[in-house]
Formats: sequence, structure tokens, C-alpha cells
Amino acid sequence: MNRGRILGLATALVFASGAALADGVKDVSTTYKVVDDTIPQSLTGKPGDPVKGRKIAINRKKGNCLACHQMPIPEQPFHGEISPDLSGVAERYTAAEIRMRIVDPKVLNEDTIMPSFYRNNGFHRVLKKFQGKTMLSAQEVEDVLAYLMTLKDE
Amino acid sequence: MKKARLIGAAIVGFGMTLTAAAYAEDEVRSGYYWATEETKAMQDDDFANPGFIWVESGSEHWTKVEGDAGKACQSCHENAEKSMVGVANKYPKYREDMGKLQNVEQRINECRTKFMKAKAFKWESEPMLALTTYVRHQSKGLPVEVDIDGPARKFYEAGKAFYNERRGQLDMACKHCHQDNAGGILRANVLTQGQSNGFPTYRLKWNKIGSLHRRFRGCNKQVRSKPFAYGADEYVNLELFLNHRGTGLKIETPAVRN
Repeated sequence: MNRGRILGLATALVFASGAALADGVKDVSTTYKVVDDTIPQSLTGKPGDPVKGRKIAINRKKGNCLACHQMPIPEQPFHGEISPDLSGVAERYTAAEIRMRIVDPKVLNEDTIMPSFYRNNGFHRVLKKFQGKTMLSAQEVEDVLAYLMTLKDE
Repeated sequence: MKKARLIGAAIVGFGMTLTAAAYAEDEVRSGYYWATEETKAMQDDDFANPGFIWVESGSEHWTKVEGDAGKACQSCHENAEKSMVGVANKYPKYREDMGKLQNVEQRINECRTKFMKAKAFKWESEPMLALTTYVRHQSKGLPVEVDIDGPARKFYEAGKAFYNERRGQLDMACKHCHQDNAGGILRANVLTQGQSNGFPTYRLKWNKIGSLHRRFRGCNKQVRSKPFAYGADEYVNLELFLNHRGTGLKIETPAVRN
């Protein structure tokens, strides 16, 4: 038994209420490193595409950021108002800080309503078709991040 | 922040019609409070309120003899407009012989199978929706007041735990939307407190009336969580918690909502 397996087992025990991942499904939280509540390294090593990221932010089945956040996306009506306005977000946070917030915001605020967009373990009663899956792929996270980093004007 | 929002809500509330006051009890607010003027008008007019189709149909089921015992609801309960007043606003109730809670739908089916010797209704079937709506409608205007003391307590606590437990891939608990962010704007919708006093409710989105448990299942699926079966203990416990949370709100059945 290697170290990674032992770590994985420990993770599974911590999230006792969540169903275990199926065989061969990797816990994505083992694929990146959290440093002081940030994720400094890209999840993919490939630059994000801000144009794709903007589309993912709008897409109700993907990021659906507009459900809760106001954003400088004027062609879309009805922006949510329950979470911070994301206009100028790149002025307030670094890429490493925003990456952490998209991947797993509960690291910063355990009571937040915000979903963890790049997590696939430790959930409770997930519908079968979403089991073991993340809400966004690693590259989609990088794309959304690249888009958010363009939001510099308040 | 929260305080400012409450004050804001109070100011908005001030400008609203007087009728809104009837739909709020201190901090507790019926979904009516946040409904559009068109939806409120539809609910308030018995002829425009499409939920009354089920009230009407429920009154016919009330007198319909079914089953081997040759009985109808009215054989035992007589005139529902008298006997059912102040009944549904106290459900779910703890049943000692069952060792758990029972809600209105389950009580109706118990009467059918045990006393009428008739077949149980399926949960979301037309006759079940009609009878539940009819029975709950008899308590319209009465305050929700469920008993959570004694043996009911542990079921209430289970419902409360459910309410606060994260679930699904979206990893949200009921409370994240309906407590922490009630009154907030989610895309084109207003998040309500998720009160249960108007159920069964005619939902414009459903184009028909639906049970509280149907709404639970919808919410669960929206956060990408496996729903429970209609009438599951988990949902009946949650129902008790929600009704207690809405103590004092008036029964609005059949309410109209988006």
C-alpha cells in the first residue's frame, strides 16, 4: 500500500457521510496543492481561455455564476444578487485566491452556499449521473479563472 | 449586512398592501409575501385560483363511496366544512401505534385501507391531491400549529438536521437558500423562506397543483441530490420541522406560486 492510498483512505474516513468513490475514480482534491488558502498552480498547466470562460460562467448547467453573482455581462438579464458582485474581482484577488474560491470555497468559509466546482468526493446523496464527477473540468476552471482575471474595471 | 437587509425588507414591507401583513408573522413570511402582484391576485380570487379545481374535485371524493366497507369519508367525518376545520394545520402528528409521524396524505390512506377497505391512493395522483387539498383547505386562515413536544421531538430534530445538512453535487442544505438567503434574488427568482403553509400549491411552473413532497423532491434534484420517495420518513420529519418553523402563518391552501 503506497502513501497515496493511505491518504485516500484517510480522506474517505473524514468524509464518512459521503459515498466512497467508485473504483478507478480519482479524488481530484489530491491533484492540486493548497498553500495558505490559495491554489497557486494551474490545475492543467495550460492557459485558460477567457472567451470560453465567459460562456461557462453564463451556462446554467456549467458555472451558472449569474445565478448568484452580478457580472459585467449586459446581454444576460436577471443576474443574481445574493453573492458579491464580480465586476472588478481581479483588482481585489489574485489568480491563486480566485482559483481556490472556484475549486472549493468551503476551505475559506465552511458555511458558504457556493458550490465547490472542482471536487468529486465527500458529498451526500449525489444523483447517480453526477457521482464521482466534478461540476467543471480542470480546464473549465482555468477558463473561468482566465475570464475573471479580465474583470479589472470597477 | 444582515441587519441592513432586514431594515430594507421592513421598508419595502411598509409600502405593500395591507393584506401582506396577514401573510407574515414576525420574521416568518409566507411565499405569498414575495409573489408577484399577478400571482397574489390569482390566489386571492377563488374563481381565478386554479387550485380550486382540486378543492371542488376533493369535495366530490369526500362523499364518494368506495371500498368493501361501503363507506365514503363523510360516512364517519360527516360534513368536512365542519369536521375538518382546524385539523390539517396541526399535521404531521406523532402516532404512538406507528412509533412515528403521520401526515395528511398518510392519514387519508389509512382511512381508506383500514376503514373503507379501499385501495390506497398513489401519492401524487389526482384523487390524492384533490382530497388533501380539500381537507387542508378547510383550515384556510387558521394558524399552523404543530406539536413538537414529547415523542414528536426526536422527529422534529431529525427534520431540522435534514434541513441543515448539505446534499447533492451542489452541496447545499435547505437552509442555504431558504434561511441564509431568503428574500434574495437568484437569477430571475426570489428565494423565499420555503414555507409550507400553502400546500398543496398550484404552481404555475407545474401547471397543476402539487404536494409538499413533490416540492421537496424538486429541490433535492435541483442540487443534484437523490430525492427520497413520496411519504418517506425523512420528508415527513422535514414537514414537521418546516411547519413548526412557520408557526403562526395562516394556511393558504390552495396557494398559487411561480
